[in-house]
Amino acid sequence: MTSALELRRVSKIYGSGPSEVNALSEVDLSVERGELVAVMGPSGSGKSTLLTIAGSLEEASSGEVLVDGVDLASVSRSDRARMRRQSIGYVFQEFNLLPGLTAVENVTLPLELDGVRARAAQATGLSALEELDVAERAERYPDELSGGERQRVAIARAIVGERRLLLADEPTGALDSLNGESVMRLLRAATRRGVAGVVVTHEAQLASWADRVVFLRDGRVVDQTVAPPGPESLLAAGERR
Amino acid sequence: MSVPHALLALLSEAPKYGMRLQNEFESRTGEVWPLNVGQVYTTLQRLERDGLVETDAEGERSQKRYKITATGAQELADWLRTPPDLVPPPRDELVIKVLVAVQVPGIDIHEILQVHRRHAIEVMQRYTQVKAAAAEGEVALALVADAELFRLEAIVRWLDAAEVRLKRLPFAPPAPPADVPVEPTRTTEVSQ
Repeated sequence: MTSALELRRVSKIYGSGPSEVNALSEVDLSVERGELVAVMGPSGSGKSTLLTIAGSLEEASSGEVLVDGVDLASVSRSDRARMRRQSIGYVFQEFNLLPGLTAVENVTLPLELDGVRARAAQATGLSALEELDVAERAERYPDELSGGERQRVAIARAIVGERRLLLADEPTGALDSLNGESVMRLLRAATRRGVAGVVVTHEAQLASWADRVVFLRDGRVVDQTVAPPGPESLLAAGERR
Repeated sequence: MSVPHALLALLSEAPKYGMRLQNEFESRTGEVWPLNVGQVYTTLQRLERDGLVETDAEGERSQKRYKITATGAQELADWLRTPPDLVPPPRDELVIKVLVAVQVPGIDIHEILQVHRRHAIEVMQRYTQVKAAAAEGEVALALVADAELFRLEAIVRWLDAAEVRLKRLPFAPPAPPADVPVEPTRTTEVSQ
């Protein structure tokens, strides 16, 4: 079975000569449908670059990026743009909602850009907002929403329609710890419905919501966690206390 | 975790039998802190000896039913307001390992830090699973999992800070002379 996302020996070099910076060096990473992967690393380790390349917002200097088995370099620019709109959802730290559009308009915009009729887009958008428990705020503008609500709308926009890959860069932003936790619950729930998710974070508590944590240092994958053995293993640990 | 005070708290709701106390203790701490029934009865005997609980006179069944006394209720109220000992143990094992690793020739300190970081996050993933599986009403379980998660997160943050500090070193620290052990005073300074 093909992975939802596969990075094969991906490198990214910025600049040239003495100012050359290796942001990513031969990174291999596969993410399956239904899996949530967290990428952790200090500032400047290449986390955000990895995400923008995975989402085809930026091109790799070398290596291959496959989304649903399709090599992004092998398709035309317009096809790549269509894949970005239809298959990949993004959640950013600053939420990036358009201030002049209501919550539901923000969510349906990518569908309408893709030619979905307004009424159908509205229905799909509302059901995404419902999934995230903010349907009653659908007609509100971003500045009328709380930080937590804005992020729910941003996640709804990222999962609306037939998205297969969900990419999130520090998605809990400046939210407090319980609001941050609910964002992670929502991302995890979205992946459980069959989407592949990649979350970039420097916070261990947020990363611990992922099925797998990949550690990045100086542009290289240096380590990753093994699948958690399940909560029952904590009982044995408790008995030793 | 103070088992005697947890039992006093459960008894302050109503008189209870030992088995029920064990079940309630475990269910309220999300089974993260297991407690065997032997431990429950030994603790109850000590509490009875100290006058903090007493057994019910009307014992229809062969087991004893326990209830809290006025002294027990006062002890519980006092304990709830007494700050726990927040001073860490004088020599934290992880801190010592990292300090020693810095001194050992041929050891990659960043690899050592990463081993401990990965382990801490794997344990965090397990506690997060407990929290994720908990029903919305299971507040006690979420509180226990949060406490462990914040404690482990502090360890990860310390490892991250250690990594940055060690990267800033202008050169690798010299290995101590073979006949001089690592000074214990430095260990204490860092663990505070």
